[in-house]
Amino acid sequence: MSSAVASHEIDNTRDDPTRRAQLILGGQDFHTVTEMVAGIPEQERINRNWWFAFTLAVSLAGMFGLNIAYLFWEGTGIWGNNNPVGWGWPIVNFVFWVGIGHAGTLISAILFLLRQQWRTSINRFAEAMTIFAVVCALVFPGIHIGRPWLPYWMFPLPNQMSMWPNFRSPLLWDVFAVGTYGTVSALFWYYGLIPDLATIRDRAKTKIRKFAYGVFSLGWTGSARHWHRYERTYLILAALCTPLVLSVHSVVSFDFATAQLPGWHTTIFPPYFVAGAIFSGFAMVVTLAVPARAFFGLQNLITLRHLENMNKIILATGMMVGYAYSMEFFIAWYGANEYEGFTFFNRAFGPYAWAYWIMVSCNVISPQLFWFKKIRTTPWMMVIVCIFVNIGMWFERFVITVTSLHRDFLPSSWGYFSPTIFDIMLFVGSFGLFFTLFLLFLRWLPVVAIAEVKAGMPAAHGHHEEHGHEAEGAATHG
Amino acid sequence: MADHRPVDSVDPNNLPEYGLLAQYEDVTSLKQACEQVRDAGYSKWDAHSPFPVHGIDAAIGIRPTRLPLLIFGAGATGTTVAVLMQWWMNAFDYPFLISGKPLWSLPANIPVAFELTVLFAALTGIFATLGRNLLPRHHHPLFNNERFARATDDKFFIAIEAKDGRYDATRTRELLESTGAVAVDSVPDDSKINASLPKPLVYFIVASFLAGFVPLGIAARAWFTKSAEPRIHLNPNMDFQQKFKTQSPNPLFADGRSMRPDIDGTVAEGWLRQDDAYYRGLDADANWLVGFPQQVEVSQGTMARGQERFDIYCSPCHGTAGYGDGPVARRAAELKQAKWVTPSSLHQDYLRTQPEGKLFNTISHGIRNMPGYGHAIPESDRWAIVMYIRALQRSQLATTSDVPDSERAKLR
Repeated sequence: MSSAVASHEIDNTRDDPTRRAQLILGGQDFHTVTEMVAGIPEQERINRNWWFAFTLAVSLAGMFGLNIAYLFWEGTGIWGNNNPVGWGWPIVNFVFWVGIGHAGTLISAILFLLRQQWRTSINRFAEAMTIFAVVCALVFPGIHIGRPWLPYWMFPLPNQMSMWPNFRSPLLWDVFAVGTYGTVSALFWYYGLIPDLATIRDRAKTKIRKFAYGVFSLGWTGSARHWHRYERTYLILAALCTPLVLSVHSVVSFDFATAQLPGWHTTIFPPYFVAGAIFSGFAMVVTLAVPARAFFGLQNLITLRHLENMNKIILATGMMVGYAYSMEFFIAWYGANEYEGFTFFNRAFGPYAWAYWIMVSCNVISPQLFWFKKIRTTPWMMVIVCIFVNIGMWFERFVITVTSLHRDFLPSSWGYFSPTIFDIMLFVGSFGLFFTLFLLFLRWLPVVAIAEVKAGMPAAHGHHEEHGHEAEGAATHG
Repeated sequence: MADHRPVDSVDPNNLPEYGLLAQYEDVTSLKQACEQVRDAGYSKWDAHSPFPVHGIDAAIGIRPTRLPLLIFGAGATGTTVAVLMQWWMNAFDYPFLISGKPLWSLPANIPVAFELTVLFAALTGIFATLGRNLLPRHHHPLFNNERFARATDDKFFIAIEAKDGRYDATRTRELLESTGAVAVDSVPDDSKINASLPKPLVYFIVASFLAGFVPLGIAARAWFTKSAEPRIHLNPNMDFQQKFKTQSPNPLFADGRSMRPDIDGTVAEGWLRQDDAYYRGLDADANWLVGFPQQVEVSQGTMARGQERFDIYCSPCHGTAGYGDGPVARRAAELKQAKWVTPSSLHQDYLRTQPEGKLFNTISHGIRNMPGYGHAIPESDRWAIVMYIRALQRSQLATTSDVPDSERAKLR
């Protein structure tokens, strides 16, 4: 808990039409914001819980690596994938992780263009989550190619067959979309980090810190001429990332939608996938933000109102996803195609009905709890709902992939997919990789965009603040 | 003024002056001070703040950057490169013929073109911004000032360089002090002794840069030379799979074939459909059935169902009255579609006399350009449609004798 709770505004989730809700709490000035955020990477020793979590995450990441090594040695036969379900958990995990990433870009780009200032407290955090999720996502198609020593066949590079990739294939579009998305997100994130790394550099006491943060802050001086170009480019990057984030999951959905398979071949997929991605991404941000803010005492920066806003987005996108589920059934009936009809009937009442109804309960029913303000503003309750949402979104991809494939056109080739222990270890291991990266981020980098939060404070617009700032300035002067 | 003595003669204890650094406590006094410095005519100076200050551009006199134009140009380059690449690779250098589609069609190029547009624009935006800001740099004279460490925390600064034509140590200091600065410091310029990178670091950077060419060199060598060695194949276990492939012999079966033919008389579940009349429109002698199968009830109800289904499935092409003038047909005629096969009018003699079984078969499997509707319309509805078509045909060929006596008087 932070010491600055004794403030005139403790609850900023109450809506008072006569005044704007405060973005950050606890009567902060510029210096206390710096202290709060820069103080985290400056801790000499971090608390034991972090070490415990990190050890666990690294162990799982190690398991992930060993499994991949075994996979390369033995081949994809170690997975449950087989006719007729040729696409199993790897593609499910790929879509799951790519989807998670979308909230970060949404917060950093779309909410920026819409001038939603509350994003400043959570954008760094969410963007980091995006990049680590994309890293996890990229592993799966990379290890799924069967001959992992030939990944360059996916790129338009000259090869010994003198052939080029087929640009009509959505799987190739995927390479470009996810590759561009990963590159641009990472650069956008680093670009935003530069001024904050400079803040930590200027406070660094040890030589190693001075050097490390010095190298990565690129010699930033906070010059007004630099800020001018910086802000202009940031705006353009946000405008570029907005259609980019929508395109990425649309292209991922093309992997399915352009296949002429009942259950996949539907035009609703691009918007439905994008809504689902934002839905799952926000759920992941909340799941990570609630423990992290308690852990590092950031309750005054990442306030309940931030969490509540995200929960409202989860509620809205959850209903969009629910609408898409029902629309799929409507089209299956209205389209009067017996194969399409069978696929959807089979989805809800066939051998995978259990997966379908887990998906519906987690994705459509559980977010409805966010109509209650009590649940929307109580951290532990929202985390439970959000974990359900994440489970549901994994099952959504499982349902789409596996139920559409397991009933072939010939009943003789009907099958039932069961994962092997390697499928499960790879999926669990990917969480290890994600959390390893995420915990390192929490430990060594500014988890909140310091400069952006300051720029949104009243004092940044010349409104005089009433706290300690004056006395401190005078002391420096004297 | 700046000192131009050679590097060797710089005395660390007697450095030239970089300029003056003034500190301010808040945004408002910084902006006011900037306006005064601007109005005094200085040009080599800058403000430093922990966050972008709203309105500082006008207070300093910073003109809008032209970076957006550059970024736009990069985006346009990305689009062009992507489209040309896809044309060259798939339509020109190695033509990909897929399902008889055109070798090059723009719609399929959109996703990659879009992604490369964003990629080129974003990379250019970030690197051009850093480049124009002359970053990265590992050294700046202002970093020697202890106060300046708070430029990234909570204080605001103005730095005027000694290189500026109007700079004068005394008068410039007076100007800054008059703007409400809480402190004005002279900053020494140590760039002559500290600005060069440490030698080991330089060697490291040069070495890594050169090492980057090694893989490219190996690839280029492999590309331009011939080799009798088989190509590298790391894991051969997928070449020898323990299964029988489609055309390979299989000793387990008497005929030695791996692919097993269907067992005679195999029928898919639910697809027995022995009743030829109902499911195929055939009579006992395999001729087209005349009349309706016994399961179909000839009634007003069936007729109404047939009309409803006809209006849904058939009328878009054949028209509600069956003259082959539905909205789709009319639109095609309007557009003068060269490949369009006009839907038949149902009121031609050969269709009027066609057996019901044949009409049923046409609906089920299609004819000429008309697709089959068997997958979408169940048998009972197909028979209902046939019944309605018969009624339609009759209606267009009616004579006065078809009209009931009671109604006949109303006719002209």
